[in-house]
Amino acid sequence: MTYVLVGIAGVIGTLLRYVLGLCVQQSVPPTSFPVGTLTVNLLGCFALGWISQWVMGKSRISPSIRTSISTGLIGSFTTFSTFSAETVQLFRQGLWGNGIGYAGLSMIGGLCLVWMGTAVADRRRERA
Amino acid sequence: MAEIGWMVAGGFLGAISRYVMVAFVSARWPTKLPLGTLLVNLIGSFLLGWITGGGLSEQMAFFLGTGFMGAFTTFSTFKLESVNLFRRGHGKTGILYMGLTYFLGIGAVWLGYGVGM
Repeated sequence: MTYVLVGIAGVIGTLLRYVLGLCVQQSVPPTSFPVGTLTVNLLGCFALGWISQWVMGKSRISPSIRTSISTGLIGSFTTFSTFSAETVQLFRQGLWGNGIGYAGLSMIGGLCLVWMGTAVADRRRERA
Repeated sequence: MAEIGWMVAGGFLGAISRYVMVAFVSARWPTKLPLGTLLVNLIGSFLLGWITGGGLSEQMAFFLGTGFMGAFTTFSTFKLESVNLFRRGHGKTGILYMGLTYFLGIGAVWLGYGVGM
């Protein structure tokens, strides 16, 4: 059963990634910098940090629902293969600065946003 | 509209494949370093490079690229695992995990692209 739930959550994550990535990329002036994927990946990091910390206090949520949300939904919403392929694409086009900037922002930004997500969940729990 | 159908199918299979593979690898080879996620991200990067290098029809790009490989690989879990390693005092493993993922991931795309051309 968990398999099917992870798959369904994966579909939702995939569609959200596609729609949000496209909207963000089209909302900025045409650029080779992958702002769409960057936004999706950073947002997903914050969400996963927040959720992983928040569910720790909610034992009523069943393990298969937890797995569907974290592994299925958020796991599929963010993507590593598109990120690495876009980085290589920038390098191949000779846009070394953009490639390094993109990889660097993803690397540092992702860590910061996971940490921020957990911190926000911790603060809410302390208040409750 | 057809592209949505292809993405749905790819995302469904990609997410389940990642779930199964991570569970299998972590049960078989329990290590501090999250080997399961590392492997899906490297395999997915290689395959995406390969199919991109080979040239794809639009349908297959949605099914295999955005759908399957997009959902099979994950960025958020990789980051959460890295942060957790640092938090638990395994800083060296955390740096190794991140270094391996980025360097080998980018190398895997490049390799795949070369194979697919």
